[in-house]
Amino acid sequence: MATAATERFRNYVEAFHALDGQHKSVAWLRALRERGFARFCEVGFPTTKDEDWRFTNVNPIAQTPFQLARDARQSGAVYGDVLDACRIPGAACQLVFVNGRFASDLSELGSLPEGVRVGSLAQAIAQDDHLLETHLGRYLNLERDAFAALNTAFIEDGAYVYLPRRTVIEAPIYFLFISIPTQHPEMTNPRNLIVAEEATEASIVEDYVSLGSGVSFSNAVTELVAGEDAVISHYLLEREDRQAFNVSTLRTQQARSSNVSSHSVLLGGGLVRNNVHPVLGGEGGECLINGLFIGNGSQHMDNYMLVEHASPHCSSRQFYNGILDGRSHGVFHGRIIVHKDAQKTDAKQTNRNLLLSDDAQIDTKPQLEIYADDVKCTHGATIGQVDENALFYLRSRGIEEASARALLLLAFANECLDRMKCKPVRDYLRDLVQGWLPGISTPAGQDGARTEEVARRWEEVG
Amino acid sequence: MAILEIKDLHANVQNHEILKGVNLTINAGEVHSIMGPNGSGKSTLAQVLARREAYEVTRGQVLLNGKDLLAMKAEEAACEGLFMAFQYPVEIPGISNAYFLRAALNAIRKYRGEEELDAMDFLPLLKEKMRLLEMDERFLNRPVNEGFSGGEKKRNEIVQMAVLEPKMAILDETDSGLDIDALKIVAKGVNAMRSPDRAILVVTHYQRLLDYIVPDFVHVLVDGRIVKSGGKELALELEDKGYGWAEPASAGR
Repeated sequence: MATAATERFRNYVEAFHALDGQHKSVAWLRALRERGFARFCEVGFPTTKDEDWRFTNVNPIAQTPFQLARDARQSGAVYGDVLDACRIPGAACQLVFVNGRFASDLSELGSLPEGVRVGSLAQAIAQDDHLLETHLGRYLNLERDAFAALNTAFIEDGAYVYLPRRTVIEAPIYFLFISIPTQHPEMTNPRNLIVAEEATEASIVEDYVSLGSGVSFSNAVTELVAGEDAVISHYLLEREDRQAFNVSTLRTQQARSSNVSSHSVLLGGGLVRNNVHPVLGGEGGECLINGLFIGNGSQHMDNYMLVEHASPHCSSRQFYNGILDGRSHGVFHGRIIVHKDAQKTDAKQTNRNLLLSDDAQIDTKPQLEIYADDVKCTHGATIGQVDENALFYLRSRGIEEASARALLLLAFANECLDRMKCKPVRDYLRDLVQGWLPGISTPAGQDGARTEEVARRWEEVG
Repeated sequence: MAILEIKDLHANVQNHEILKGVNLTINAGEVHSIMGPNGSGKSTLAQVLARREAYEVTRGQVLLNGKDLLAMKAEEAACEGLFMAFQYPVEIPGISNAYFLRAALNAIRKYRGEEELDAMDFLPLLKEKMRLLEMDERFLNRPVNEGFSGGEKKRNEIVQMAVLEPKMAILDETDSGLDIDALKIVAKGVNAMRSPDRAILVVTHYQRLLDYIVPDFVHVLVDGRIVKSGGKELALELEDKGYGWAEPASAGR
């Protein structure tokens, strides 16, 4: 390792060696981590000169000397409120991770069909689950993404799901990642693995929240492997503190006739990068990439989509809606690669944005690379304000202006929420988003207190 | 009792004077119709009454139940009992018809100090009104006006009117683009709303709608002024002789 790199990433080098010392026994994992760390040291953090990072400056992350998050369970933190706020009614189970580590005492494992494994990656590593060696790190491209390499260097714990053939779980599987900001900035590298065998069906939720306010860095990676005919929905919810950094990467590998949906809802975090990278690797696969990002204050939310059509007769649909207020900055980068053999590809991409203030900003960029000759690819982007005609229409029916505005924002958000098939998650997210939008009126007049609270929250962040 | 009193109303659109002194009083229980050629100011009058901000009132007064309508915002006017069925209803993707209408009804009920309705109480009410307008129940959960045909949009406007039960209802060219079947359904819905304590103003270019919604009074608007008023037979006469007949010069003024 070059000395310069050692010096530049001193905090990471120290952390890496400390961690490496703890897990000498598992050779393949050690090799994987080393590969990740070597790659990270080689390339370092990306800059805006890198095309994939043109609109997002990660200097604030690069300049902060993050330490690996310690086990926070001795800190005396009280989890009751956050656990109450983060409960999806009707979930099959709720697994809680605090600072990246599985907290079994805060989790509810529920009862799942036989053969299903839902738990912590660290436990699976300790149990020497042979599936890990087969799948972990096999799909993620370390070469092109320094954050993925960094995460790989620090693989320790995260969510692990294994669904044996023909398993159908209707209720959502819920993973909650709580980060606890401290005075000395800490990072967590949750590493999640979802292996869904043939003809399985499930919905999986990853939810990132902060307990308290301050700087923290969540650098998460999820590898999702969908077997033939598997129907899997993945939900990412980012609602960490406004000072938090969050880089999330979802890499899905789809077999023949599988159907994977990725739904992202970004509400919190200060600097957020959401990478979604499906590879349609078998004929007849379908993927839906659906997202909603709502920014305010100085939030920066970057959505980087990379859809790879590697087989014939696959379809992909991308829909991202952004609502940006204050000085927030949104990015939608929608890249579609159609490989040479992927004939009859049907790829569609739509990005719609509402800018609510003069200082809010959106960069939207489609990028189509097509190497097959019989394909259908379309893309479109819109940037606009709240429709004045629609606003007047609502007002003419008695709805006051602020509520009418909020209703139109909710309508815009609903376009994304309505694509979510898992009802408990959709309902939960709809309530959450409705509360997040400023001054929204609840038609049944549920409670004024809530509206007031929302208005206050909006004020604080604005 | 007068529900709506318009006195010497002048209004500009982008600094052009469109309304040049309109006077009209509509009493409870009455159905009035304003007819006029294109560009006469019919829609401007409707929009001013619905409180669209782009229209600038330069002179005159409008009272709604004795209150100054021109001082009200659109939503206040609605809460005070004014309703306009739009000529071009707006599509709102992402909000269901049922959700939207319940929000509207509750906003109005709240304004009046009445208890708001929850979904359980509201749905039967909405379904009943939709049956009246022969609208399928699947429209309940469809986004507001999105993908509706022209006729469905107009029927949806009348459904809204039936749910919100205004004191003063204004129908702005509700007949435009309707086939005869849709026209009859719309008329049936409007006629069901006729009541001694409600007034209705039908703004239209053609006499056709008035075969089905028979007005008590007909007014002819030409160049921003009401130039002739009469009973329902005036509409037939206009249809027969054309608007030129009612214009000031030929009316013998």
